[in-house]
Amino acid sequence: MMAINKPHELHQRRFRRNLWVGLILGGFVVLVFGITMVKISNGQKMEAFDHVVRPSLVEEAK
Amino acid sequence: MSELSAAKQVEEAEFGDYFALLKPRVMSLVVFTAAVGLLVAPVPVHPLIAMASILFIAIGGGASGALNMWWDSDIDLVMKRTRNRPIPSGRVSANDAKLLGLWLSGASVAMLGLTANWLAAGLLAFTIFFYVVIYSMWLKRSTPQNIVIGGAAGAFPPMIGWAVATGGISIESIMMFALTFMWTPPHFWALALFMNDDYTKAGVPMLPVTHGTRETRKQILIYTLLLSPVGMILAFSQIGGPVFFMMTLALNAMFITGAWRLYRRTEGMAKADAFQAERKFFRLSLLYLFAHFGGLLIEAGLRWAGLGLAGWPHLV
Repeated sequence: MMAINKPHELHQRRFRRNLWVGLILGGFVVLVFGITMVKISNGQKMEAFDHVVRPSLVEEAK
Repeated sequence: MSELSAAKQVEEAEFGDYFALLKPRVMSLVVFTAAVGLLVAPVPVHPLIAMASILFIAIGGGASGALNMWWDSDIDLVMKRTRNRPIPSGRVSANDAKLLGLWLSGASVAMLGLTANWLAAGLLAFTIFFYVVIYSMWLKRSTPQNIVIGGAAGAFPPMIGWAVATGGISIESIMMFALTFMWTPPHFWALALFMNDDYTKAGVPMLPVTHGTRETRKQILIYTLLLSPVGMILAFSQIGGPVFFMMTLALNAMFITGAWRLYRRTEGMAKADAFQAERKFFRLSLLYLFAHFGGLLIEAGLRWAGLGLAGWPHLV
């Protein structure tokens, strides 16, 4: 296979597009992490049904 | 090699082309009204949750914009105003727009549900459904009432913002909905008056196309009059106050005067000065909506600073 040594204008466009997608995905990770931290520090329950008995959830059901 | 040369024929899309699919200018209205709905609610929201929720509402609105452009790409190609959109200009394929719209719809609704609550997420999902299926696919091409009923889609964001904060629906959020809902017909019909040729060419049954400009001018006046009490009701609700009351009084006086002026004009007069009054009324309509929501924000700020007028009557 012949390697491409000179980047075409097309490759630059693709790189820019991929860079944006990467930045957005990175930002999304940070945002979800931030939301999680806020919810936990507000004392919201972060547990749900998980196919095993969860004492904390049983307590609440009472 | 063959893949490269094939890709060169279709112009490779830039990131900005995909962003343009989300209709950034419509999005700014969605962000603003949703933010006001959230901020004027009597329940405080953590700033990060508020920001994230507004972001997801904006993405949901953008997703419906992309789906609208996918469905309407044939009309957009015919109309001057929309010919340079990403799909008709050939930079993004219609299928890509559809996929982007569908994925962003699902993601924004799910994320809003997880971040805020499922009532807000449900309202967002309904908004997207309403705009894409009820408005774009069904009403837009079949009835001159398209704008009247379709306006509901644009009116939901403040209600979603309110639901993010309160988890419910109340008279205040319904009146914020009513404000945008009743405002949409005069706003778009004014645009249709001076963009008439475009809509005629594309075969979209806008009111001036189907019933003529005389009837359109009359309907603008009727809807402007019907719109005026909505601001008054908001002024005497829990989120209103004297500043908002003065603003809605002034804005409605200007809006009704403008609508009356349009009603008195004939098509000949409008053509003679290149639709100057119609364009002015269209710009005024933008100010009307932004100032009303801005006024609600001012009242919320005054209450927050403890400067609310204690004796102000709350009738609803």
